[in-house]
Amino acid sequence: MQSAVNLWPLIGVAVIILGFVLRAHPVLVVVAACAATGLAASMPLETILATLGTAFIKTRNLPMILLLPLAAIGLLERFGLKEHAQASIAKIRAATAGRLLIFYLFVREVSAAFGLTSLGGHASMVRPLVVPMAEGAAEARNGTLSDKLRYRIRAMSAATDNVGLFFGEDVFVAFGAIVLMQTILNAEGIAVNPLHIAMWGIPTAITAFIIHTWNLTRLDREIAREGAAK
Amino acid sequence: MIRLEHFYIVLGLMLVVASFMSLRDRHNPKRYSTSLFWALYAVVYLVGERLDPAIAGLLMVVMALIAGFGGVSLGQYGSLTKEERSTSARRLGHKLFIPAMIIPAVTMIGATLLKDVEFGGMVLLEQKHLTIVSLGVASLLAVGAACWLTRSTPVQGMREWRRLADAMGWAVVLPHMLAVLGLLFAEAGVGKAVAHVTTTYINMDSRFIAVAVFCIGMALFTIIMGNGFAAFPVMAGGVGIPILVGVYGANPAVMAAIGMFSAYCGTLMTPMAANFNIVPVALLELPDKNAVIKAQIPTALPLLAANIFLLYFLMDQK
Repeated sequence: MQSAVNLWPLIGVAVIILGFVLRAHPVLVVVAACAATGLAASMPLETILATLGTAFIKTRNLPMILLLPLAAIGLLERFGLKEHAQASIAKIRAATAGRLLIFYLFVREVSAAFGLTSLGGHASMVRPLVVPMAEGAAEARNGTLSDKLRYRIRAMSAATDNVGLFFGEDVFVAFGAIVLMQTILNAEGIAVNPLHIAMWGIPTAITAFIIHTWNLTRLDREIAREGAAK
Repeated sequence: MIRLEHFYIVLGLMLVVASFMSLRDRHNPKRYSTSLFWALYAVVYLVGERLDPAIAGLLMVVMALIAGFGGVSLGQYGSLTKEERSTSARRLGHKLFIPAMIIPAVTMIGATLLKDVEFGGMVLLEQKHLTIVSLGVASLLAVGAACWLTRSTPVQGMREWRRLADAMGWAVVLPHMLAVLGLLFAEAGVGKAVAHVTTTYINMDSRFIAVAVFCIGMALFTIIMGNGFAAFPVMAGGVGIPILVGVYGANPAVMAAIGMFSAYCGTLMTPMAANFNIVPVALLELPDKNAVIKAQIPTALPLLAANIFLLYFLMDQK
């Protein structure tokens, strides 16, 4: 029975790993992996193209979440949204970049756990509001920021949005992942209550909050160190 | 009814406008290839399913080649100076937050309160794609509010849209192309092959090793596939159900919940999850492509270890 498993499709995975090791352009790596996987499954060229094309059209709803809000965000940026967000946060004395991001992590994770996953996102929240505020809070303390620290604050802001979303949404009963798990277990003849799956996600959700919060306090210490060195 | 197709047309038209603007932008050293790139993407949205699959595939490959060889480049967008922006920020004050908050607020209202609202016997928003449709409506309302607040025209909105889209360039299409690769992987049976390799060569006689293989396997598989949803069926079918539930009597709800979260630890560490890890790098103008992943590893690895222990100690709970 084991000999029935075809190991050739793993070539696509090898192409991906090789591509990232060689630091080739990600888009080219993906297309090369598509070609390699298709050829390994001995599809003719036209079938490969047709398979890619069908999938490309089918998944075109994916970039919408990113692209649709950009016009409004761009306009607001033109008229000083970032500058205003920075100035507003600088007035709150207790604010630090880390504390602000911990607050955002909490709001993002709890709202996602109640199914409100759209309260956030890189295009609609992180770039226009979270990053300017985090940078503004750090600048208010340090005066100026080195580029390295500025990039680190930005990366941590994006990371905070991801961690909050991932480990919040899976605690929400009606979330797609829980439906998927239930369907797969059902297919194997195991009946589970989706509420139990959601409930058993809570320990990890809390652990994720604690670990990431600790990493954000480390960010504050880094900012304080750079401020003290000047 | 407001449907997803309507927003395909909206986005398609925006791409057409961006393509024309790029063509006329003499400050862009690669204006022809940049313009072609956005024009091809417009075809994907405007023609969509009516396009012959092989042609759509060819289109994707051409777009990938343009993007991969640096054909999408920056132009000039007539931006205001920092001083002008600060003056405008002082003038408009907190009002600037209103359109920005319209996007999440209206999306949330659409996805929850307006979910079943009917209008002349038809539901207002398409149920199947409720979030995206709500976000589309919210984005258009936000553009309207932003134009009204700043006394700009939608054309200015399009200029700003092009500025941000060009800045992201290839990162815009990477998640889309990775989704294609994911479907192709599924079709070619990559999942089965990986599960075969992991379960055949590792001895799972110890309960702790079995739990560790399950959790780490979830994360590794997700790193390769870029998506926890692809990893879950494979690892649950290969290790979770036959070994953790079948041999060690684990509670399937605990196995599933912690297993999926282990997969999410993998999502935090892979460039294959481009939507979460690569797009923000472009959006936040970070020079290091892996900056977000590097920021996430100190959360992902300890959390993965914590998951192994949580599953090990909680799996007998009923």
